[in-house]
Amino acid sequence: MNNGTQRLVVVGNGMAGIACVEQILKHSPKFEITVFGDETHVNYNRILLSSVLAGERTADEITLNPLEWYLRNDIQLRLGVRVVDVNPEEKFVTGDDGSVTPYDTLLLATGSSAFKPPIQGLDKQNVFAFRTLDDTRDLLERASPGVKAIVIGGGLLGLEAARGLQVRGCDVTVVHLMATLMERQLDPDAGNYLTGKMEELGVRVLLRRATTAIVGDERAEGIAFDDGTVLEGDLVVVAAGIRPNVELGYKAGLHVNRGIVVNDYMETSDPDIFAVGECVEHRGTCYGLVAPLIEQGKVLAATITGNKGPTYTGTVLATKLKIMGVDVFSAGDWSEQHADPVRFEDRALGIYKKLTVRDGKLVGAILVGDTSDSHRYMDWLRTGADLAEKRAHLLFPPPASDAGLDLAEMADTATICGCVGVTKGAIIEAIHEKGISTMSQLKETTRASTGCGSCTSLCQNILRAVAPDFEEEGKKVLCGCVPFSQDNLREILRSQKLKSVQEVLDIYGNGSGCEICKPALSYMLDMIWCGDHDEDRSARFINDRVHANIQKDGTFSVIPRIHGGVTSPAQLRRIADVADKYNVPMVKITGSQRIDLLGIKKEDLPKVWADLGMMSGQAYTKGVRMVKTCVGTEFCRFGTQDSTSAGVEMEHRFENLFTPHKVKMATVGCPRNCAEATVKDIGLVGQEGGWQVVVGGAAGKSVRKADLLMTVETTEQALEAAELFFQYYREQANYLERTYDFVERVGIDKVRKETVYAPEATKRALLDRLQKSKAASKDAWLEGQSPVNPTQFIRLRPIESGPIETVLS
Amino acid sequence: MSAWIRIATCDSIPPREGRAAVIGDRQIAIFNLGDRFLAVDNECPHQSGPLCDGIVAGDAVVCPLHQWKVNLETGAVARPADKQECIRTYAIRVDEGVISIEA
Repeated sequence: MNNGTQRLVVVGNGMAGIACVEQILKHSPKFEITVFGDETHVNYNRILLSSVLAGERTADEITLNPLEWYLRNDIQLRLGVRVVDVNPEEKFVTGDDGSVTPYDTLLLATGSSAFKPPIQGLDKQNVFAFRTLDDTRDLLERASPGVKAIVIGGGLLGLEAARGLQVRGCDVTVVHLMATLMERQLDPDAGNYLTGKMEELGVRVLLRRATTAIVGDERAEGIAFDDGTVLEGDLVVVAAGIRPNVELGYKAGLHVNRGIVVNDYMETSDPDIFAVGECVEHRGTCYGLVAPLIEQGKVLAATITGNKGPTYTGTVLATKLKIMGVDVFSAGDWSEQHADPVRFEDRALGIYKKLTVRDGKLVGAILVGDTSDSHRYMDWLRTGADLAEKRAHLLFPPPASDAGLDLAEMADTATICGCVGVTKGAIIEAIHEKGISTMSQLKETTRASTGCGSCTSLCQNILRAVAPDFEEEGKKVLCGCVPFSQDNLREILRSQKLKSVQEVLDIYGNGSGCEICKPALSYMLDMIWCGDHDEDRSARFINDRVHANIQKDGTFSVIPRIHGGVTSPAQLRRIADVADKYNVPMVKITGSQRIDLLGIKKEDLPKVWADLGMMSGQAYTKGVRMVKTCVGTEFCRFGTQDSTSAGVEMEHRFENLFTPHKVKMATVGCPRNCAEATVKDIGLVGQEGGWQVVVGGAAGKSVRKADLLMTVETTEQALEAAELFFQYYREQANYLERTYDFVERVGIDKVRKETVYAPEATKRALLDRLQKSKAASKDAWLEGQSPVNPTQFIRLRPIESGPIETVLS
Repeated sequence: MSAWIRIATCDSIPPREGRAAVIGDRQIAIFNLGDRFLAVDNECPHQSGPLCDGIVAGDAVVCPLHQWKVNLETGAVARPADKQECIRTYAIRVDEGVISIEA
């Protein structure tokens, strides 16, 4: 001890250890804290790894304590150092880097690691665990469309991994030893429902299969079962459960069973060593979920800071599967021995609910397909509520009138966030005391909804009801017809395999849609399925039904594609002939080096296109517009690059594709920038010995200088960088978000990281999807010859002249 | 006096789309709402935009020029909310797969 401060050494930089440190800091500043983490990342939300794999969140987004937090609290952070030994007599720990760190108090929060089942060949290449951010990154590098993935283990983690891989385009099979999935959390009936749902998503499920070996030479090529059969696969994820990390417990001479044994005060058998989280065993139970860790951390913080008193008595276990479209919830003891089951099921809807009731109290619950009541059941489980009066409608509460009433009925002591343990009362108090008005402030202050996130909407409802200046933030919904954010919708379309706008509106919306959501959904479907969707022209703006730009008088403007702005005398003659033949009221050179024929009647469009014999210039749509070019090395005495050829090539690569908003491009042969590439959505700026690829420029409603994406040497590299950005923008931007808003929102650093600096496999996947979309696209003006329906361009006229029947009016 | 005029077969108008029908010197916009057909003057009360080219939103259509919204059952302008204009609607019926309008 020195100067009254005590040295607290924390082994483990995960959720349990850091949650406990957060609590300790609340109690007392007297510790000098050192945290060891064998991973190289700051504390992140491990239970959201599956959403990183599925691409719903980035690695940064699941960070719980950024580096500044450690600095602010004077915590010595030792990342990438594994503590390999403890000397409990002389009170120091030894790191694998040889460092020796003395402690007064030691906190073991070593967590658990992936269990390695007795399978031969687990050390082969392309065999992964799914436990850490690094595991997830490794998987992401190899998961790409067409890859055959095998997940061994049909528990929570295995299923979430399977889903993530499937979203990445892998062909996924889950192999499970037991007869039903998640058998520790679900009864066989619920397990069967879950199997059906996974298979609906496109994940194959093999049950009762014992894996004996990974086959393949150096790298995995499949797995072998005990019956001698083999399942082929390119990568194998082993998610067969977890084991508490107890080695340091042994080395410290602690009492260890399955985990490091602690009492209700979270004390181990050594008065100076404490343990928390997945590595401990409390009253015979080792927990592998987040809620118990947080509860333990709170008790331990009291004990460790000399405020011994609060006790930990165990946690009602609750599990939620975090797969969109597969709602699964399980809590408590759902076995039917010594308890009365209350059951509901609807096979067609895929809903299964079972409650178990003992002595008039709820002891367990399983919900599949509809987990909307999970909070109510958790509350009954935690409080041991007397169900006598509710008995007749356990599964069907009296219709809830509105969210406000539901909230009002909830007691202040009711838990809202089960992971972190935040009550309704605590949230309301925080709102009033701290003047909280946004969800992120609420998270920061109370930590509510920083676990699995399933209470987010509940938290938002409280904010909405209580906070005087409640601000909706971040994810705005697309529109009232389909009240989901665009991020969310993209995920829904993907996971639910929806292929038509009307389907989406029928299932997730009001069934009718409007001029805002219909074109947006049309775009998303086209992008997500790379053109392999059910195109519905009624959901498109008129410009995209007749492939021309409607003018104020109802006529249309026609702009043929002139690649790179490079035309020919023959082409110009044809355009002139068309202008004469159809009495085109105005022929205009556009700002984009194109020629615009204005005032064309709808019914003349097919003939005009045929006479022009040119492609659609897409000047009417949210799609690829043009590439403006300068003359470049071919003629210009200052040119350093062949900007015209590069521009023509770029236009060929992107033409006919749809984008979230219009995409204008330019290529220039030298930094004089004659074609203004630095204010385009994508620009290639030639310089001596290479190109600068710039993105997110604008010279319209706003003026913005484009950001540098990267500098490359060859034209091919420049085009590839442009392709990566182009497809990334197509996939990640919201509909009607121009690149300049998109790049500002996301940040050019992140754009670079996820495009040009991304792992090779990620880049490959982006380019593959672009190619797939490109292959499915075609020149819209071909519809002039083969319309999608006979009346696409015409006006109807009476079938016979004159009335067939006269009526009085 | 008015008359029923046979315009076209039902399949000439795809679900949730509209088409203009030329009857004399008048243009009428006919919409297929999936379960029924509705007809109104093909002229937005705002700046005469072609309503037949609008996106159908429930039982209304949104003019392609400036997004005025017109109810197809009543002909009344539904957006902007402060506008009272109303356009003419036409009775419509379907016999043996052929759409007729009373005009």
